[in-house]
Amino acid sequence: MLGGINPSILIASLMVASVPIILAAIGELVVEKAGVLNLGVEGMMILGAICGFVTAVETGSSYLGFFGGALGGIIFSLVFGILTQVLMSNQVATGLALTLFGLGLSSLIGQGYNGIKPPATSTISLGPLADIPVLGPILFDHDWVLYFSIFVVALVWGILKYTRTGLILRAVGENHDAAHALGYKVIRVRILATMFGGAMAGLGGAYISLVRVPQWTDGITAGAGWIALAIVVFASWKPWRVLLGAYLFGGITVLQLNLQAAGAVIPVQYLSMSPYLITIFVLVIMSSGKGKASLNAPAALCQNFHAFR
Amino acid sequence: MQRRTILKSTAALGVATMMGGKVAFARGLEKVKAGFVYISPVADGGWSFQHHQSALALQEKFGDKVEIVWQENVPEGADVERVLTQMALSGCNIIFSTSFGYMDPTNAVAAKFPDVKFEHATGYKRNTSNVSTYNARFYEGRAVQGHIAGKMTKSNKIGYIGSFPIPEVLMGINSYYLHAKKANPAVELSVVWAFTWFDPAKEADAVKALIDQGVDVIASHTDSTAPLAEAAKTGGRVIGFGQASDMPEYKPSPRVSSIIDNWTPYYIKRVGALLDGSYAQVDAWEGIAGGEVLIGEITDAVPADIKSEAEALRDFISAGTYHPFTGPIKKQDGSVWLASGVTAPDGDLLGMNFYVEGIKGNLPS
Repeated sequence: MLGGINPSILIASLMVASVPIILAAIGELVVEKAGVLNLGVEGMMILGAICGFVTAVETGSSYLGFFGGALGGIIFSLVFGILTQVLMSNQVATGLALTLFGLGLSSLIGQGYNGIKPPATSTISLGPLADIPVLGPILFDHDWVLYFSIFVVALVWGILKYTRTGLILRAVGENHDAAHALGYKVIRVRILATMFGGAMAGLGGAYISLVRVPQWTDGITAGAGWIALAIVVFASWKPWRVLLGAYLFGGITVLQLNLQAAGAVIPVQYLSMSPYLITIFVLVIMSSGKGKASLNAPAALCQNFHAFR
Repeated sequence: MQRRTILKSTAALGVATMMGGKVAFARGLEKVKAGFVYISPVADGGWSFQHHQSALALQEKFGDKVEIVWQENVPEGADVERVLTQMALSGCNIIFSTSFGYMDPTNAVAAKFPDVKFEHATGYKRNTSNVSTYNARFYEGRAVQGHIAGKMTKSNKIGYIGSFPIPEVLMGINSYYLHAKKANPAVELSVVWAFTWFDPAKEADAVKALIDQGVDVIASHTDSTAPLAEAAKTGGRVIGFGQASDMPEYKPSPRVSSIIDNWTPYYIKRVGALLDGSYAQVDAWEGIAGGEVLIGEITDAVPADIKSEAEALRDFISAGTYHPFTGPIKKQDGSVWLASGVTAPDGDLLGMNFYVEGIKGNLPS
């Protein structure tokens, strides 16, 4: 059944398929580490997708397109940041509203951009390295965003673990009253973290509309933001596990299409639902019992902070 | 006295209006308002784009006598009835609903508005006398594509993105495969079902999976240009076809040819009939000969001899001397479908629910 599938090409394409989820999930991980639950990832992603697409088409540069996508995500996340941190609105409700608003707003901005080809994002040419039999296609034949996504994961891991900045961020997320007593600006840290999350979600969205598909259509992110949210929990708020989770999900998504193309005898409907089923399955295992996973959630997650309380 | 006069004249007016209405209908309408319902955005570059181009051509042709209204991006579900009802209430005389899944809602709304004409594309239900159906013989175009695919593939693996396993799509797959096989007996077909008409991300992923499997010619039966966009990333190694619309932005490769749905003649004929009073319920199914299915320019990426063979095939189909489904053809399970020399009756085609012999994989139900 697996005979017709070339594993190295499969791995190469699952890495490409996972990029948007990695970016959005690592951004959301930082946001949640700071004690903010932003359920608007899907909305920020799709806004990043359309802002990136419009910028790329208007300027003719895919680099500027990614920049525009990140900027769109930041501006949109600021809406969330101000509403929840300054005006103290409920984070869950605001996040959900952000997603619904983002889907509608992106559709509005996207009017007139259907069916247009964006400028191409070239793969980084590593010359002869890409021709190495098995490792070549896996490691050395991708576009810069893919390498960037892995770099961001490493960066977030390093900062959270080894730097003072990371320590402050975690302190704010674990106990905002203590962090406040020590003189850290809780609200400012949280808004900055939210903006980082917005930038990453926007980049992930722009990757979908500029590289993966590459074109614009309403609802193009098709639930990737929700998967990213699930993967943060799945990863129990650990950066490298985000990478693992995203590759697992991306891998099954790609595998099921490859199985279809290879003529597997499993009914298509089961294959199509398999990535989601396995995500739910792993989530249940991770969060059941008294494992470390459920204890690892930032203690102040989803709690609003007010200095005078 | 005065009151009675008023009553009388009102009644007379009512009768006159009714009579007037009837007479006018028999003679044809002065002015027609035509509604169009599309499943995807009109800028999808494929199916809905082509319907809308024909709607605009209709408007152009009749000028002031025709007013067109349209609604795009209407999902196949509860929204359809609402949109159709809204159009009927807002004074449309004729409504074209242009997706297979609009079939039941169209018939349901048509039953409530007997004076409005409904035209449903690609369906088969005509429950009331004001519902007509129209379709095009896309499988004729698929035969030409299949021939090109069989000749052009280097890996002997060709692919097909299916939307839903309905007769219209199966006709295309079977015709494509049979003619690819005829051109190249070693050819193998992989089918991936997307279970959507319009989802560029999903369509692109499906094409990527096919390419990963070594497929180098891809045909699609979905509505966007995403399959060609994905094929374009391979730098000419993988070719494909424009679907529903010419998709010229991907010329000369990966788009080496296309099937163009040309609904203009049909729309002009039907609205024209409404204007001159000759309108009647129909079940229209035209192909290459009737001008509804056009084969888009075969580009220079295809060698001249293959191009001329493909064009000859098109001309034979157009002239009626060749039917793409001519026996002997067996079904996938090995049972005989068409005996030698027999051509497929339309009824068999419209109810097609099987792969022909040689296609691998199970047909989803």
